[in-house]
Amino acid sequence: MTWETVIGLETHVQLSTKTKLFSRASTTFGKSPNTNVNLIDCGLPGVLPSVNKEAFYKAIRFGMAVGAQINQTSIFDRKNYFYADLPKGYQITQMDLPIVLGGTIDIEAGDGIKTVNITRAHLEEDAGKSIHDEFDGYSAIDLNRAGTPLLEIVSEPEISNAKEAVAYMKAMHQLVTYLDVSDGNMAQGSLRCDANVSIRKNGDKELGTRTEIKNINSFKFVEKAINFEIKRQIKVLESGEKVTQETRLYDSVKDETRPMRSKEFANDYRYFPEPDLLPVVISDEEMQKIKDEFPELPNEKEIRYQKQFKLSAYDAQIIASSKSMADFFESAAKQTKNYTLLSNWLIGEVSAYLNKELIEINESKLNVDNVAMLINRIDDQTISGKIGKTIFEEMCINGTSPDEIIESQGLKQISDDGAIEEIIDTVIKDNSPQVKAYLEGKDKLFGFFVGQVMKLTQGKANPTAVNTILKEKLKK
Amino acid sequence: MLDHKSISSSELIQETFRLAKQYQDLNCFVTMNEDRGIKKAHSIDQADSSHSQLSGIPMAQKDLFCTEGLRTTCSSKILSNFIPPYTATAVQKLEEAGSIIVGKTNMDEFAMGSSNETSYFGNVHNPWRKGYVPGGSSGGSAAAVAAGIVSAATGTDTGGSIRQPAAHCGITGLKPTYGRVSRWGMIAFASSLDQAGPLARTAEDCAILLNAMSGHDLKDTTSLDVETPDFLASINQPVKGLKIGIIKEFDLGDLDSEVQARFEESKNLYEKLGAEFIEISLPNISASVPTYYSIAPAECSSNLSRFDGVRFGHRADNTEDLNDLYIKSRSEGFGEEVKRRILIGTYALSAGYYDAYYKKAQQVRRLIKNDFEEAFNSVDLMMTPTSPNTAFAFGSKGAQNPIELYLEDLFTISSNLAGLPAISIPHGMVHSLPSGLQLIGNFLQEDKILNAAHIFQQNSEFHLAKPSMEDF
Repeated sequence: MTWETVIGLETHVQLSTKTKLFSRASTTFGKSPNTNVNLIDCGLPGVLPSVNKEAFYKAIRFGMAVGAQINQTSIFDRKNYFYADLPKGYQITQMDLPIVLGGTIDIEAGDGIKTVNITRAHLEEDAGKSIHDEFDGYSAIDLNRAGTPLLEIVSEPEISNAKEAVAYMKAMHQLVTYLDVSDGNMAQGSLRCDANVSIRKNGDKELGTRTEIKNINSFKFVEKAINFEIKRQIKVLESGEKVTQETRLYDSVKDETRPMRSKEFANDYRYFPEPDLLPVVISDEEMQKIKDEFPELPNEKEIRYQKQFKLSAYDAQIIASSKSMADFFESAAKQTKNYTLLSNWLIGEVSAYLNKELIEINESKLNVDNVAMLINRIDDQTISGKIGKTIFEEMCINGTSPDEIIESQGLKQISDDGAIEEIIDTVIKDNSPQVKAYLEGKDKLFGFFVGQVMKLTQGKANPTAVNTILKEKLKK
Repeated sequence: MLDHKSISSSELIQETFRLAKQYQDLNCFVTMNEDRGIKKAHSIDQADSSHSQLSGIPMAQKDLFCTEGLRTTCSSKILSNFIPPYTATAVQKLEEAGSIIVGKTNMDEFAMGSSNETSYFGNVHNPWRKGYVPGGSSGGSAAAVAAGIVSAATGTDTGGSIRQPAAHCGITGLKPTYGRVSRWGMIAFASSLDQAGPLARTAEDCAILLNAMSGHDLKDTTSLDVETPDFLASINQPVKGLKIGIIKEFDLGDLDSEVQARFEESKNLYEKLGAEFIEISLPNISASVPTYYSIAPAECSSNLSRFDGVRFGHRADNTEDLNDLYIKSRSEGFGEEVKRRILIGTYALSAGYYDAYYKKAQQVRRLIKNDFEEAFNSVDLMMTPTSPNTAFAFGSKGAQNPIELYLEDLFTISSNLAGLPAISIPHGMVHSLPSGLQLIGNFLQEDKILNAAHIFQQNSEFHLAKPSMEDF
């Protein structure tokens, strides 16, 4: 029997607003526990929420980018449940009238582009964090995250396998970072998803019973968790049993999913309209402003890079595919003329380093000034490309500027013809047998002489000058 | 207000604390603010001049407004140890106008009740008759004003909680338009119905207090972004030609005949002053009580979820796990009436019942609002008795059947559902206890009801009657 998989994703995107959704407390990540917390965030008696419009603007920007319907009047609802890190005993979310309805997102499927429909996207506040393992006999609560704005994006159940789910998440990541809607930092939980997975016999019309895998926070885990779950469900069905509708948790250490709670014992969330907030109305003027300030998207950037910086279509596409890389390129391009060299370096050495470290460029020690300086030093022949690689390694480790490294390690290229001639003369004098052999037709030895020159200059001799002068001298 | 040129603030506040002690059997205060109150009075005396009519005036604050550094309990065990780190906007504004907090007044637990009998801190006596309720939920505030301990107090009104105790204690109490006064720092009972307002001896005093309390607050998005008029400016306008609506559906036949008699007399007085009475119809008004008792408990069930023993308030000892902590802390911390309403509200919001109860109630509420809107096309204000009865003896109502007590709010609830301003003023005695007259105004037209109430008080002496206090 063959099985068909049906996946729907609920993506939680943490919006990159300065302050929380309903309070003016900061959203900065990594502060000591309970410092980004004010009266509202800890749900003191008598406090009331106030809407942060910035979160709406970001949500609308997302909605516009996916071609969705924007509800200019949207309302908040309360989702009631008890948990220790949910200060009010309810979460403020949007149930009946979400800010974003519909839309589509294109993903790279195995055999081309696939369009996935988006059901809706709504704003809600995040909960705090319970810490169970730090204090003996006690649980602790950190409310720093409580009230942070989230955009929950719900896809239609149109994703057919784990690879597509990963492609969907990657497309989502590119979009939200490009739109400056979120920093997209998955390790910090800025982008995470719940996957609803079900399987059915090939050709069946009705959907199978689904399970929901909660809180997956990396592309790798999305793939692994879904693949595990598909196999598990097939095994259950093939042994003649039924899949239980339940919430499951992915354990990345054991690479398995386990039940969290069964839907039978699920909360009745008792949704009702939030009486502490009026409907939020976005004016036509505000909508226009969002449109006017709409950020450039990857495909627009690609075209511009080819025109403005004369990059090849291939290079332009690679640079534009990541928002942080594109931003880096554009800033560096203000400080150098050799755009091709810059893009070669970003696509080559820089990307190789980032891929090895699994980080984004803005998380590395590389900065725009230093990389532009490196390109300029190669471009103006202060150093060779090869020395450039040595310097780059040092820059990655220490964040030092290329000029400092060149200075402190004496790496400046020798371009002075007189100085190079002297060295070449020495090389010719010291290697007379090889010179003889070369002159007798052993052309391959030319490289040997270049190597000797480089050895004597610790690689600092200008390779072009070495080539020219060496050819001259060896003719004589 | 008191002209305090002949008496210093310090002397006044000392006298206030003396009276509060003398009448402590009334049980109208939960927490006193003696040290800070005296200190503030002293600093007011030292300042050159006072610009505000409220400067140096001692005030009682209902114990549901958060007051920084001063215990705020909502008359509940669950908050019996809660000292807020901030002050409610309404109180802050009164403080900035120079008034002095005397103490926090007793109330029905979380403002749920009409007799002040649900307080964790015990019953409040009606100053007019020991062993009788002062009304509720702002019973402590009403009793403190009626007993003459303070001349002004704050209350909150979700279904009549300012007006009904004002009526039972023979004073004046105003519930403003929903959104006129900020709810920031007011511990919520039912968010879409709660509104803060003043209790005082006269409509004029209420106008002064409302001037200070009102105003848009960025911290409360449901507070209205409108100018606050000077409510004293138009208070003396003659009522000649004023059109007053009498609501046909409130069948006055069921009333205590004496309450009805006072009502007719009040009508006569207004007629003599040139007002005109018009019968109006509010076809959906009979659904007010069931509508209210679906919406208010639903909101309360959610609003009171934060009292979980985790971050503040009462936490039970010896709990086994998180669930046990919730169950024990809340079971121990909340009283019977609060639990009843949380259960009703949880039920009204639960899956499968939401449409039949909460949603239906919101639809009916809309109809009631529309009825008022329509009727206000032909009248300036409406007039009803505030309560069908006068104060009753402790324990005599609602013990077997809570609905009996819920019907106390028959005349007051509809203005909360419609978000309209309403005032209760004394209009004479019934069986030696005060009875109240309610004037309901159109949206944001507190000025009209204050004006009509003031003219009534200029032409009558009911508001001047004071209890003898000989039993206390």
